[in-house]
Amino acid sequence: MIEEEQVTLLLNDILELYGYDFTHYSRASLKRRINRLWAADRFPSFAELRYRVRSDAGYLKRFVEELTVNVTEMFRDPSFYKCLRTEVLPTLAAKPFIRIWHAGCSTGEEVFSMAILLQEAGLLHKSLLYATDLNPDVLESARKGIFALAPMPQYSENYQLSGGNRDFSLYYTANYGYVKFNDELAAKMVFSTHNLVSDHSFNEFDLILCRNVLIYFDKELQERVLRLFDESLGPLSYLALGSRETLKLSAIRLNYRQITPEKIWRKIG
Amino acid sequence: MAENRLMQSTANTPYKAVVIGGSTGSLDVLLPVLSVLKPPLTFSLVVVVHRKNTPNSPLATLLSVKTTLPVREVDDKDVMKPGCVYLAPADYHLLVEHDGTFSLDDSEKINFSRPAIDVTFESAADVYGAGVVGILLSGANADGTRGLKAIKQAGGITVAQQPATAQVAYMPQQAIDNAAVDRVLDVPELIQFINQLNEANQAL
Ligand SMILES: C[S@@+](CC[C@H](N)C(=O)[O-])C[C@H]1O[C@@H](n2cnc3c(N)ncnc32)[C@H](O)[C@@H]1O
Repeated sequence: MIEEEQVTLLLNDILELYGYDFTHYSRASLKRRINRLWAADRFPSFAELRYRVRSDAGYLKRFVEELTVNVTEMFRDPSFYKCLRTEVLPTLAAKPFIRIWHAGCSTGEEVFSMAILLQEAGLLHKSLLYATDLNPDVLESARKGIFALAPMPQYSENYQLSGGNRDFSLYYTANYGYVKFNDELAAKMVFSTHNLVSDHSFNEFDLILCRNVLIYFDKELQERVLRLFDESLGPLSYLALGSRETLKLSAIRLNYRQITPEKIWRKIG
Repeated sequence: MAENRLMQSTANTPYKAVVIGGSTGSLDVLLPVLSVLKPPLTFSLVVVVHRKNTPNSPLATLLSVKTTLPVREVDDKDVMKPGCVYLAPADYHLLVEHDGTFSLDDSEKINFSRPAIDVTFESAADVYGAGVVGILLSGANADGTRGLKAIKQAGGITVAQQPATAQVAYMPQQAIDNAAVDRVLDVPELIQFINQLNEANQAL
C-alpha cells in the first residue's frame, strides 16, 4: 500500500516530467489506481516504482494514462438522454447554430450518442460537437468511430430506453468483432486535447456535457472547472453532469436551474 | 483483541464508520437491522450492496421507509456525518477521503461488481483505521473478503453474518475462511452488536 507522502512525491514527479497536474484529484481514487499499477507491474518497492517513472519516458506515459479512468458507454443513463431529447434539444432547435462541448469525452461513446440524438431531431446539420479529453490516445480512438461489437446489444437497449425507436444497428457497420459508426455522424465532430486543469475556455456553447470527470477532482478543482464552464456558457444554455455529480456545493449554482431529476442545469443568470 | 476493545469503555478510538456490505439475500438482514437501530447513532453507517444498475433506484426508498435514521444515496463529495445511513449509488465505487467526504469512482468493476464492497472497506480502513467496523452479509460473490482483511490490518473490527442464517452463505463463508473475522453473528446478535458499538462510543 502506497503512503500518502509517496503519492505526493509521484504526483510532483509527473507534474515536473510530464506537465500534467494531478495534485487536485480525489486522493482515495488516485491511491487505488497507483496501488493497482504497483501490483500489476510487480515493483518490489516504492523506490523502484518511482525510479521507473522518473527514468523511463515510455513507462511514464503509460502510468499517467492508467491513472485516469476511461470507462464509458453509449446512452449511459438512458433517462438522461431522454431528457436531452424531450426537454433540451427542442429549446435549441430554433438556433441557427448549435455548439456542444463534451469535456472529458474519453473514447467518444457519449459524443456518438449525442450525434444520434441530434440527427433524429433533425439538428445535426447545424450542430458542432467539440469533443475534448486530456488523453490523446482516447481521442485517437474516438476519432475513428470504431467500437467493440460486444456491448452493442446493451447500447441498443439503452438507446431504446432513451426514447430511440429506430433499429440501432442501422447506425453502424459490423466487422470482425468491431463496429464502425456511419461517417455522417462523425462529420460534425471536432476532437482536440484539452486539459481541464490548465487550459482555458475556447468558445461559447449551448450545451456542455462533463459527465463522470468531476468525481475524480477535489472540491477546489471542481469549483475551478465549473467556473470555466460558466464562462463558456451563454444565456439559457445547459450544463450536464454525471448522475451523482451536482452543483449544490458550487458558487455558480445560483445562476442555474436544475431540470430535475436529471443532472442537467439551465443557465438563467 | 477487538472483542475486548469493544467491552472496554476505555478504548480511546471512537468508531467512526460502520460499513456493511452485502449481495444476494442481504436485504433480508439490512431491513430488519435498520428498522430497530436506536437513533441517534454516533457513527456513520455506510451500506454497499450489489444491485441492478438503475440510478435513483428504489433501494434508498425501500431502506428509508424501514428506519427513522436519515438515509442518503451518496452524491460525489457529500460530507459523511454521524447518525446517517449512506448508500453507495448504483454503478459507482464509493470511497472515503481524509477530509471526511465521500468520493465516487466509475472505474472497472471489481469482483464483477460496481459498487464493490472491497473498495469501500479498503478505503474506510485507510482513512479511519481502528475506527472502522466492517460487516459482511449474505451473497454469492467473493467481494468483501479482501476489504475485511484491510480493516482487520488497520485495527478495526470485522464481522460476518452467520453463514447458516444467510440466504446465500458463500460470501460470509469466504470471509470466515480467508480473512480474520472477529465475530460471526446472526441477525439478533448483529442488532445487539451495533447498538453496543453505539453505546461504547457514547461512553467515551
Ligand atoms: C470516466 S471517463 C467519462 C467519459 C464520459 N464523459 C462518460 O461519462 O461516460 C473520464 C474522462 O475524463 C478524462 N479526464 C480526466 N482528467 C481530465 C482533465 N484534467 N482534463 C480533461 N479530461 C480529463 C479522462 O481522460 C477520461 O477519458
